[in-house]
Amino acid sequence: MDMWTAVITISLIALLAGIALSYASRSLTSDSNKLVEQVNELLPQTQCAQCGYPGCRPYAAAIVESDVAINLCPPGGDNTVQRIASLLGKDTLPLAEQPRPGRIVAVVDEALCIGCTHCRSACPVDAIIGAQQLMHTIIETECTGCELCVAPCPVDCISMRSLS
Amino acid sequence: MSAPTYDLGKLHGGLRLQAHKQMSTAEPIRQVPVPEQLILPLAQHAGDPAQPVVRIGEHVLKGQLIAECEGSLCAPVHASSSGTIVAIEPWPVSTRHGDSAPCIVINCDGKDTAIGADENCAAYDNLVPEDLLGNILLGGIAGLGGAVFPTAQKLMQATTCDIEYLILNGVECEPYISCDDALMREYGREVIGGAQILMHALHVGVCYIAVESDKPVAIQHLGEVLAEIDDERIAIKMVPTIYPSGGEDQLVQLVTNREVPSGGLPSDVGCLVQNVGTAAAIYNWIIKHQPLISRVTTITGDGVATPMNVEARLGTTVGDIVRFAGGYTENAEQLIIGGPMTGKSVTSDRVPLVKGTNCILVLSQTPSVRPEMPCIRCGDCAAVCPVQLLPQQLFWNTCANDEKKMRSYGLIDCIECGCCDLVCPSHIPLTASFRTAKARIREQADEKARAERARHRFEARNDRLERDQQLREEELARQKETARQAAPDAIAEILKRKQDAADED
Repeated sequence: MDMWTAVITISLIALLAGIALSYASRSLTSDSNKLVEQVNELLPQTQCAQCGYPGCRPYAAAIVESDVAINLCPPGGDNTVQRIASLLGKDTLPLAEQPRPGRIVAVVDEALCIGCTHCRSACPVDAIIGAQQLMHTIIETECTGCELCVAPCPVDCISMRSLS
Repeated sequence: MSAPTYDLGKLHGGLRLQAHKQMSTAEPIRQVPVPEQLILPLAQHAGDPAQPVVRIGEHVLKGQLIAECEGSLCAPVHASSSGTIVAIEPWPVSTRHGDSAPCIVINCDGKDTAIGADENCAAYDNLVPEDLLGNILLGGIAGLGGAVFPTAQKLMQATTCDIEYLILNGVECEPYISCDDALMREYGREVIGGAQILMHALHVGVCYIAVESDKPVAIQHLGEVLAEIDDERIAIKMVPTIYPSGGEDQLVQLVTNREVPSGGLPSDVGCLVQNVGTAAAIYNWIIKHQPLISRVTTITGDGVATPMNVEARLGTTVGDIVRFAGGYTENAEQLIIGGPMTGKSVTSDRVPLVKGTNCILVLSQTPSVRPEMPCIRCGDCAAVCPVQLLPQQLFWNTCANDEKKMRSYGLIDCIECGCCDLVCPSHIPLTASFRTAKARIREQADEKARAERARHRFEARNDRLERDQQLREEELARQKETARQAAPDAIAEILKRKQDAADED
């Protein structure tokens, strides 16, 4: 009889623990997603791809999930590296590449633009407007200065300008 | 009711400073003649610069609009005298943002011909408040106390709240400055007329004119005008001579005993504060149809021959005004635009008089910069802070650049009055460090907002690309399906045609 009491008690405890654990694994899903979100918050959102990933969120995901170096974001500067390091409990590293000082934006020389739309499709934040065969221009307030529009331009009419 | 009343709220801290005001208030306001050249900055107000509507070479008349509003926070600029536009170019200015700004330069013809005032606005009583506010917007009026916030926008913001009290700020608490005192002594009617217009525009039932106790002549004159006009909604309140009782939030606290919440506006506690000079400017625009093209300013200090209050056209250079006041004395050393506590030191007297210039101060000796020493935690700064902050704690946090702590210790509520600097036995430049820290915080907040927007746009773009891709795939699948369905029939038809051809053969 005593033995059965022990068996039933242990089984009940195991059952309860199992229910609790399965509930926890369902409702409190792994923090990886949340962590990616947090890292993404710290990144400057220039979407410049200088880190080698197509945007800030993919880089954040790479940092969290594949343990990529945290010093690949020049626009974020040393501050961003420090913040990410303290969030993830990693060592701070010097930036892999020095950032440009101040805020920079792209400017289209509108007289030269041929309206090819190559820059428009390269812009990660839709800051370039203009229809095919017509002049394009850049919305200065939305431009993040990522320089991704400079290379695709076949007539080299886009240049970067410092705003300070 | 014209006798001044004393029932006041309490103000924390503050300092009794040596006023140095007598030297400039002995004489009445003198008129500065039309200068040879006027320099009118496009941004004389807080907010977006106005956009020029004149071309170089164009002849303009006194009071003519030369730059109009663009953006939501803006005030237009009018020509202060008649003449020819010779340039629109950067010029040294004394605003807080940088040392040079785009200005319209007018070579005056000396005739001072005024543009004909075509409408008679005197009957403002018939206007609905919205039209009246729209009218005020066109007058180019900005807060003349020094902050130069565009008045029309301030009033429009106030219409969204329930305003109980209109407070006219005649508390010129900063040493040396006496232009509002002089204005109240001589233009009492304009000040009170302006108050009546404001009360009509905002449906306010009570107006207090707050004047410092060291201005008995102004109080007496305003009392006489009030007795004559007999408007019982308006009363004079005498406030103690303590710096900075003239700060907007401090004045609300003193006059109504209501505390403006952190990060809030006086309108949150049912008050609207306007400088007395602004009220007079509103009267001049609405009743006399004169836009804001001149202001009363104090030229004083021991570095100028005859300190006085002058009324000068906006755009007159500081050098011209100093010459009008007898020029510099031999030992003049420092030129400050504004008062000794909150003013800005400039290196050239080519800067123009603008809407916010309430004082031109020429001092004979630069205040000796004493060496900064470590904080000894005496707490004097906390005792004098009118906003009840803890400057020494804030100072640690600004040194550590700890944004969260700076916020929680109320850095954004600092009014930069400079009281803590004055009492600090270690001569720590507290206000300067708070000012830079505030600018940094603002910059960081801007950056954050920009990053948030960029992220939003990036995500929206990715969604769009994904949607496009999906649509393309669906279209392709549909075409394939149609082709597949149509295929057996088509093949059968071709086979049949071939069969027919073979049969014919």
